[in-house]
Amino acid sequence: MRWFWIDRYTEFVSGQHATAIKNVSLAEDHLHDHFPGAPVMPNSLILEGMAQTAGLLVAQQNDFQLEVVLAKVAKVEFHFLARPGDTLVYRANIEDMKEGGAFTSVTSHVENRLQAESEIFFAHLDRREGGQKMFEPETIIGWLRAVRMFEVGRDAAGNPLSIPKLATSGQPVGSSNGRE
Amino acid sequence: MPSQEQIFEKVRTALVDALGVDEEEVTPTATMVGDLGAESIDFLDIVFRLEKAFDIKIPRGELFPEDILNNAEYLSDGKVTAAGIAQLKKRMPFADLSKFEANPVVQDFVLVLTVQDLVRYVESKLNQGKVPAG
Repeated sequence: MRWFWIDRYTEFVSGQHATAIKNVSLAEDHLHDHFPGAPVMPNSLILEGMAQTAGLLVAQQNDFQLEVVLAKVAKVEFHFLARPGDTLVYRANIEDMKEGGAFTSVTSHVENRLQAESEIFFAHLDRREGGQKMFEPETIIGWLRAVRMFEVGRDAAGNPLSIPKLATSGQPVGSSNGRE
Repeated sequence: MPSQEQIFEKVRTALVDALGVDEEEVTPTATMVGDLGAESIDFLDIVFRLEKAFDIKIPRGELFPEDILNNAEYLSDGKVTAAGIAQLKKRMPFADLSKFEANPVVQDFVLVLTVQDLVRYVESKLNQGKVPAG
């Protein structure tokens, strides 16, 4: 299983908000165990998708120089189960951001129905301080390409976001394999 | 300027939301870590909520002066030195440090902060922003 719980971004405004979609499909293996004969998308993975939508938004704001880790889910509420054929639309807002981390709110909708709502905190770890690396920036950028962030991403003034040059390696970016 | 009681109400709401505790548990004398189970990441959550509820800015290190507690100059044998205590008192006039002072083991510092300290801290922040009448 690959840990990609959003399929693509449809909107991404740096430092502000983003929208991503997740198509729930019967081709996903895990749905056949959850549950046999009654496939539903696990709420835990919906939360993961909401956290990915918001977490990449937070990481981009700092040009991927800070390690962004999910620190706390302050609140999450699910209103109904998502089933194969549903398209989940995750909307993430950065409510507040400071040195130590970011406070985001994220909703999940199926068409016009509110499926889930959450408040998610991310903590910043400064990768320049030589702490433990959890992601290579190249991996994150490859991921952002896969979910088409650079096709829809805009800065606050409406200009397209460019693929950042990474001071950490100087390597060309965009390979989803990351570095050796 | 809200009364101390009004400040307490809002602080309580922030703590109930951030820590998932019951309202009754949030008493003025309850300690943040010992009684309410706050972990380090919860302090960031609480700071965000207090800033929003009171429209104040809480700079890093003001509510919890980690720079002093991490500074070797103020530590000796796992304890905060007299000079360190003096710094803490200066930086945290809102907190009652008398118990900590008796046995200032640096690791126990997180157990010091009470709900009442938070209320006094917010009150001091609101006072700072107050423009003198006349």
